[in-house]
Amino acid sequence: MSKLGSLGAKLYRGEVGYDFIGKRKIWYGVSILITITAIVGLVVRGLNMGIEFEGGAVFTTPKTTVSAAKAEEYAEKASGHDAIVQELGTGGLRIQIAGIDTGKSDQIKEELSQDLDISADKINADLVGPSWGETIANKAWQGLAIFMVLVVIYLAIAFEWRMAIAALIALVHDITITVGIYALVGFEVTPGTVIGLLTILGYSLYDTVVVFDSLKEQTKGIEKQTRWTYSDIANRSINSTLVRSINTTVVALLPVAGLLFIGGGFLGAGMLNDISLSLFVGLAAGAYSSIFIATPLVADLKEREPKMKALKKRVLAKRAAAAAQADGPATEGFQAEVPQQDDPEDAAPAGAGPRNQPARNRGRGRPSGKRR
Amino acid sequence: MEREYEKVATPKKSRGAGAQSKPGRALSLIVIIMVALVGGMFISGTFTPRLGIDLAGGTSITLEAKNEPGKPNAINKTNMDTAADIINRRVNGMGVSEAEVQTQGNNNIIVNIPRGTNEKQAREQVGTTAQLYFRPVLTVAAGAPTGDSSASPSPSASSSGKATDKATDGSSEKATDTSSATPSATATSQGRAVTDALKADSSPSASASASDKADDKASPSASASADPATTALQKKFTELDCTDKAARTNVNEGAKPTDTIVACGKNSADQWEKYILGPSEVNGKDVKKSQAVINQQSGQWVVNMEFTGSGSKKFASTTSKLKDQQSPMNQFAIVLDGDVVSAPSVSSTLSSNAEISGSFTQQSAQDLANVLSYGALPLTFHEQSVTSVTAALGGEQLHAGLIAGAIGLALVIIYLVVYYRGLSLVALASLLASGILTYTLMTLLGPAIGFALNLPAVCGAIVAIGITADSFIVFFERIRDEIREGRSVRPAVERAWPRARRTILVSDFVSFLAAAVLYIVTVGKVQGFAFTLGLTTLLDVVVVFLFTKPLMTILARRKFFASGHKWSGLDPKRLGVQPPLRRSRRATGPAAGPVDPKEA
Repeated sequence: MSKLGSLGAKLYRGEVGYDFIGKRKIWYGVSILITITAIVGLVVRGLNMGIEFEGGAVFTTPKTTVSAAKAEEYAEKASGHDAIVQELGTGGLRIQIAGIDTGKSDQIKEELSQDLDISADKINADLVGPSWGETIANKAWQGLAIFMVLVVIYLAIAFEWRMAIAALIALVHDITITVGIYALVGFEVTPGTVIGLLTILGYSLYDTVVVFDSLKEQTKGIEKQTRWTYSDIANRSINSTLVRSINTTVVALLPVAGLLFIGGGFLGAGMLNDISLSLFVGLAAGAYSSIFIATPLVADLKEREPKMKALKKRVLAKRAAAAAQADGPATEGFQAEVPQQDDPEDAAPAGAGPRNQPARNRGRGRPSGKRR
Repeated sequence: MEREYEKVATPKKSRGAGAQSKPGRALSLIVIIMVALVGGMFISGTFTPRLGIDLAGGTSITLEAKNEPGKPNAINKTNMDTAADIINRRVNGMGVSEAEVQTQGNNNIIVNIPRGTNEKQAREQVGTTAQLYFRPVLTVAAGAPTGDSSASPSPSASSSGKATDKATDGSSEKATDTSSATPSATATSQGRAVTDALKADSSPSASASASDKADDKASPSASASADPATTALQKKFTELDCTDKAARTNVNEGAKPTDTIVACGKNSADQWEKYILGPSEVNGKDVKKSQAVINQQSGQWVVNMEFTGSGSKKFASTTSKLKDQQSPMNQFAIVLDGDVVSAPSVSSTLSSNAEISGSFTQQSAQDLANVLSYGALPLTFHEQSVTSVTAALGGEQLHAGLIAGAIGLALVIIYLVVYYRGLSLVALASLLASGILTYTLMTLLGPAIGFALNLPAVCGAIVAIGITADSFIVFFERIRDEIREGRSVRPAVERAWPRARRTILVSDFVSFLAAAVLYIVTVGKVQGFAFTLGLTTLLDVVVVFLFTKPLMTILARRKFFASGHKWSGLDPKRLGVQPPLRRSRRATGPAAGPVDPKEA
């Protein structure tokens, strides 16, 4: 643990660190790949909507000795869909099955009557409408839209519009991945799933905001110095809050992992699987995207700003000069500076700067720090 | 929204004002809150949160749409869906009771309400059609033969009925149909005579029949011109016995809002009266919202209605017509599902608000307001069956969830202890405090507003634990960062707090924004979710401000933490504070390079 603690210290001081911003293209690629897979899965396989959304068939039986759990098994075997079975006060059973039309309902009724040992004409079959009707769905969409607009406005005011956009992209990214996983795994979408998705929506933004808050703080007064570009500082900001991010994610994921793997896996609780899967995937995606997607996106957008471009130029010039001073022949450094627009620039200072020359910078950097 | 804005904005400005100075007070405040909540659980006698229908089962009510004469095609999918939607809002008024409403077959609606809900109340809420009409009163009469038994209408009753009927019918038709607001002299006088007579009639029986007779003679002239429909109406009015429930419900069957109808209602003395009412001029669709309030003058519970824009206009024109009329034609009747709930008289033009008074209790006023707020059902329903249903998920799901959640929590605790050592005590105590607050609040909200927990909500609460823990982690990491800067524990805690507080508030605000918007805009389960999210977010802020921070301040004074004991989690050595050699170098240029931008 002391190792972890000193790793935290090193991360904090920027002595070690992963170059999140420099390697952003790799992670963008990874995310795009996952997102495309999710979208393809969504388009090809579609979502398997539960009875709460689509309605289905309901079978009411007279008094029977068959247990609800057993009946559920029969119903799922007969229909191939998830079934909800409830015991009624009369001693009978109410069996609801999603995605059934009239024709198939008769066939299932026959099978059920054999399995449950009740004559078919005593089982009452009917079609049920969705309990999660269109109004609920429409209102939910409406609420989401309003929330998104408000949160973008809020983030634009509290931080800046670039962060608002990046947070929104990260959010859409998380939701798409989670929904895509549902399509691919083929789990039935229940109200529980939707609640899970909404939880993720809140969590994903929360996590992104925590990272942005540190980014905003660290980049204050960035123009008054010439040692770091925006990307450098963004990168350091991620690294210095990395311990927090890891701890938070572990703490949030552990209970959900418990629900998913122990609750769903060993104890075989079906509905728990639905909810905890969406939570697990979404929480993981949310933690990932706030570090690997949202912050690099902000850096990307920010570096396009004229002020930041100018800063970058100054920083590079200064670094080149320093390199020239140290190495003697100045030409190399200047040559390297001109084409340095994209990749090499990011990789070099973020990796080399803080890591390789901490002592030298420290002595020199201080006065400028005090001024601020 | 703006209010919440300020909530976030202000603490930023008033830096340092928080709980730093008197940590003991904040701690005792939260302890008092906890004790009060636990005490509340004992007083209310509920110790577990109410569970949703998926976990606890409940009652299933099957409603069947009734075919109404004159509306053969009323039972269709659109109307059924609308009805289901309205019923859903009625039973889920606050969105937290987890009731489920769905259509079944062509003409049934199933309402599932979780165990522990007030079943009788719920059944009234779902079954009420809530057709609300404001109709001008044409005639009032005692609803039942005075002093007589209700079952069989006595001769005197029918005679009194006839008298009134005929007398006023002519006048009233004139008054409303022409809407000239100046009824003929004869009509008015007759109307007044009749009412006066009836007023006298309503208490002493002997004299009443006499006065009836007198009116009877006067009436033929007025009723001579009555057309067959009016005659039928008179007959109906005459025969109507308000004390007979079946008669009351049947009398208006098939009546259209534009018809003149007869109806019953109780007066303030709790006696039945019958009315002839003109065509509806304002109806329930014109009501924007409705709430139960206590009338300042009478001290009684009443239901206040606020009209929409067009409703206000209609109501104003109606009342301006009525105010100049003689009694009883200056009254308008508020007719709910065929019954006259109240029939106030109008003395001035009213527009935006109307009040229904009557013998309401708080509960019945609130129920009526609730029903009126969500509008009338497009169809009339009657209860086909009421039966109990077991949990759809069964106990084993909840069990599995709880066991798995407990294992997950145990892992979290182990992780925190290993990583944060002594600090984990603060984290665990805070989690415990947050757990106690969440549990007691959810338990108490069960009886208070019908809050019910379903399985997704249980899972959500488990995730919320993670989010709460995040606030501590943000705080702890800040403290450790400050120690890495070379500060000793106490100043580190105080310096770390303002920054951690800002982060916590900003990020919690986003969560709370999500909760508030979703709660206001959405209905049903999403609303329930939003409620839970908002609750846990607020609790997170409360716990961090009133518990974690003060506790940290107090502990930072203890030697164990202040000296940076190696098990305290604040050991400078373990946190990688630079060895002395380096520190001396830092003295000339203390904060290291990377910190620069932070210092800004």
